[in-house]
Amino acid sequence: MSRQIATGNAACALAVKAANVDFIAAYPITPQTTISEKLADYAAAGELTGKYLTVESEHSVMSAVAAAAATGARTFTATSSQGLLYMNEILHYAAGGRLPVVMVNVNRAVCAPWCLYADHQDSVSQRDTGWLQFYCASHQEIYDSIFLAYKVAEQVEIPVMINYDGFLLSHSMLPFETLEQEVIDNYLPVRQPAWRLHPLWGGTFSNVAAAAEYAAYRHKLARDTREALPVIKAAISEYEKLTGRPQPGLIQSSRRGQTGTEGQTGAEGQTGAEGQAGAEGQAGAEGQAGAEGQTGTERQTGAEGQAQVYLLSMGSMAAEMELAAEELTRQGISTAALKLRVYRPFPAEELAALLPDGSALIVLDRNLAYGHEGGVLLMEARSALYGCAKNIKIAGSAIGIGGQDLPVSLLVEEVRRLLEVAKA
Amino acid sequence: MTKEVLQPLARPVAGAGGSTGTWRSQRPLLNKDKCTGCLLCWIYCPEAVITREDRSIDYEYCKGCGLCARECPAGAITMIREESGHE
Repeated sequence: MSRQIATGNAACALAVKAANVDFIAAYPITPQTTISEKLADYAAAGELTGKYLTVESEHSVMSAVAAAAATGARTFTATSSQGLLYMNEILHYAAGGRLPVVMVNVNRAVCAPWCLYADHQDSVSQRDTGWLQFYCASHQEIYDSIFLAYKVAEQVEIPVMINYDGFLLSHSMLPFETLEQEVIDNYLPVRQPAWRLHPLWGGTFSNVAAAAEYAAYRHKLARDTREALPVIKAAISEYEKLTGRPQPGLIQSSRRGQTGTEGQTGAEGQTGAEGQAGAEGQAGAEGQAGAEGQTGTERQTGAEGQAQVYLLSMGSMAAEMELAAEELTRQGISTAALKLRVYRPFPAEELAALLPDGSALIVLDRNLAYGHEGGVLLMEARSALYGCAKNIKIAGSAIGIGGQDLPVSLLVEEVRRLLEVAKA
Repeated sequence: MTKEVLQPLARPVAGAGGSTGTWRSQRPLLNKDKCTGCLLCWIYCPEAVITREDRSIDYEYCKGCGLCARECPAGAITMIREESGHE
């Protein structure tokens, strides 16, 4: 294990090289470009085991990686914004074809007007393509998520999109730790597909299907997507064991001892909270923490035990939100930040389990849900908590659109305003 | 661990797409007296319904695209309108 300082895109390219990827296709787009450039450098220097293909558009990129995945290859690509949107048709094909492509989307606002800076409109608008979606808040999460994504994608045979914010993470220099190749190879054995395209077999896949057959495959994809949650949890645990490095769970609370990844294996999404309920602070929480090693201990620098107010967000702003939570707590409002790492499938039960009865949930979205207030996470959170026996007040808004800066002072002010809305 | 195949796989067989000859609005007719056996029709036919040996046409699957008639250098294939029904 060695510690480095580099950009988020460099951390990504290092991980892709180490993941023994067989095939990469890429087309440049800001702010992703330096990933594909770095991978091209590796290919030119003979440091990549796989093939690197340049094509004429993102539509062709996704067609190429999906087809390569169908031959049994481990594939990678990266894109942003309009490039992701141009892939849309083939995103559905990759998911429906159960092809475990891993793609990094460096989040960038969508046109129009033209904008180069970070928000999540590009990826959330691809929510229903059937892809799993992870979000990163640090370079370490970018590096680790590449391996996690291949582990999960190849097990459930559903493609994974890893998202992180353009420029804020992609082009900023931050420290992160890399792994020994041996550790990575242990975690990611050679892919073993159920079938593969091959000239000697001479067949094709996902051709015309009658309604009944089509419906069965699509319902299966929907079920398998939801059932990917425990697979992701297990993959995170295994990664922690192999690397000795604490990992954020599906939703990470900044409060020590509050975990979203375990403790709620029972029904209704509320059992996890019971362990916490009577505890007043840490007693219940410690019972959980022991369960799966160090899961959930990463970056938990805030106060211990439960909070009154929870701030849900994803991407780099989730890291900023931890500072806002500390500031609000100093101001007398006991606050915890919830960093969403896995957006698809949405960890609804884990969210419900993290929130104590009588708390307030403030949801801050870096995207707009047109025709609805706030953004998509506000809708997800309301849906997740509807019918929950606990009394939880919810409010939210969309901020940071088009890369608008989100200093802690602004976040604190916005949370205070939304707390009034939640009360009303 | 054996994995389950999670999507339909298919290998090409005759008739996999149904009786596509019913799509035809015109049919190719071969005049064997004019045919020189150059096999351009056999090469160009996108549906592989022309037999190499005697250039007979399988009307069960011929969609009537007319490529064979267009490509035949001897003018041995003509397209005629399908008046009613199909073989």
